[in-house]
Amino acid sequence: MTAPALAEAKPAARVTDLTRAYGDRVVIDRLDLTIQRGEFVALLGESGCGKTTLLRALAGLDPIDGGRIEAPRRPAVVFQEHRLLPWDSLWRNVSLGLPERGARERAAAALEEVGLGGRLDDWPRNLSGGQAQRVALARALVQEPELLLLDEPFAALDALTRIRMHVLVKALVARHRPGVLLVTHDVEEAIALADRILVMRAGVIAAEHRPPAPGQPAADRATLLAELGVENDLSAA
Amino acid sequence: MSNADHTATFPLPAVARPVAKTAAAPAAALRRAGLGPRQLLLLSWAAPVLLVVVCEVLAQVGYVAPHVLPAPSKVVRTAYKLATSGTLLADLGTSLVRAAVGFLVGGSIAFALGILVGFSRLAEALVDRSVQMVRAIPFLALLPLVIVWFGVGEGQKIFLVALGVAFPIYINTTLGIRQVDPKLIELGRVQGLSTRQMISRIILPGALPSILTGVRYSLATAWLALVVAETIGAQAGIGFLAMDAREFLRTDVVVLTIVIYALIGVVADSLARLLERRLLAWHPNFGGAAR
Ligand SMILES: Nc1ncnc2c1ncn2[C@@H]1O[C@H](COP(=O)(O)OP(=O)(O)OP(=O)(O)O)[C@@H](O)[C@H]1O
Ligand SMILES: [Mg+2]
Repeated sequence: MTAPALAEAKPAARVTDLTRAYGDRVVIDRLDLTIQRGEFVALLGESGCGKTTLLRALAGLDPIDGGRIEAPRRPAVVFQEHRLLPWDSLWRNVSLGLPERGARERAAAALEEVGLGGRLDDWPRNLSGGQAQRVALARALVQEPELLLLDEPFAALDALTRIRMHVLVKALVARHRPGVLLVTHDVEEAIALADRILVMRAGVIAAEHRPPAPGQPAADRATLLAELGVENDLSAA
Repeated sequence: MSNADHTATFPLPAVARPVAKTAAAPAAALRRAGLGPRQLLLLSWAAPVLLVVVCEVLAQVGYVAPHVLPAPSKVVRTAYKLATSGTLLADLGTSLVRAAVGFLVGGSIAFALGILVGFSRLAEALVDRSVQMVRAIPFLALLPLVIVWFGVGEGQKIFLVALGVAFPIYINTTLGIRQVDPKLIELGRVQGLSTRQMISRIILPGALPSILTGVRYSLATAWLALVVAETIGAQAGIGFLAMDAREFLRTDVVVLTIVIYALIGVVADSLARLLERRLLAWHPNFGGAAR
């Protein structure tokens, strides 16, 4: 763990004993998780293992069946789709939920940060996928959240754009220092961005990786893929 | 004005149609074939103009008797005469006021009910089935009953217009609210919107395309309702003019009133389209200005 994260006592979020079931199907089974302030946590796990369910519970969007969630009242969320309001200009989208006073200025600053400073009055439909996702990121960060929840926000982007987004997110998170939970399918993405990598399986955190020394990746690709149940990694051969 | 403009002034089933607009692809193909938008516009007017000319010629050579179909030029002269010395403008005003009052009364009641039902399951349970049952009645079938209730005065006319207007607006308002993307509503929750903000920032804007579609349909039905209402026992108005003229076999006046009904229908529809373009500038199917 990085030094500043250690220094901050109260975590950005703490989940204890969390249980969540759909009917008889238990998706999250007594799961524990703590995210420090300023810490970037990546959550891997095979499709359908309950990552989104966990994230939505943290966001307060879904009820839970047991356990405890301590999280800020209003974490910021970026979904896989940008979810921009098509009828509002970009600055109106970014300032959604902010108090009216000074909203435009704050939105302008946030859009500037994601490299869309000149397009305050543009419409969402005129954006590319990557630009739209950057606006969604600006909308999340303008709230100055203590906890930022990202549910595969780059999954729909092409490889080049995704790498640019990684750089941007890393810089933004370093500046704003929210606690981050990034749900992803992409092992490379987790390695590139996270201070800590978690692997979810059978409703719990099955493995956890921290960098052996500051500045080093939290885990290597082969280990993670093995934990995700990918036996034959072609690129490793 | 394309053909679609005219058909929209006739009564149509009162449901929201998909918002996709007139065939853009074939139009583009024609343009490639060497016809610019101006030529196409001129071409689209060729057929109606030709039709009028044919009518005129047939009437002038005496092939069609004047009491069957008057010459277009005769209709124009009648229009001028009635407008300058007759009651044409006053009658037109009377009709427009009836349509406007009926539209406002029926429209606002239907909009309020639509909002209520769109938001509240309880209101839906209480109101929706009854409305749907009444809607199954072709509203003109209520005419005899309406005459018993209101006589043949202004009340009857306004009631009929209001009734005709109410259903398309009610249905499209509830439909619009239901169809708002639940993901955007969830986003509103994530951003911490209050109920009021949720309605004004997400639900109403999301429902607006459907609501405006309802407005367009209701303009058509309002007009239809007015024609029927004015045909029965009116003492003023365009419909009265037509009925009065019929008694004296003044086909030219009758045709004139028909043309006026058509013109106003087209104007109302254009206004509604203008409103759509203004309010839905963000929408890929309406805007265009925002490109
Ligand atoms: N509303 C629901 N009703 C019933 N079952 C659900 C519901 N939502 C999710 N599930 C089930 O819960 C399990 C976990 O779903 P979840 O969306 O959390 O998976 P995930 O890890 O995010 O998958 P992916 O990586 O594909 O997004 C899945 O097996 C899914 O079928
Ligand atoms: Mg998921």
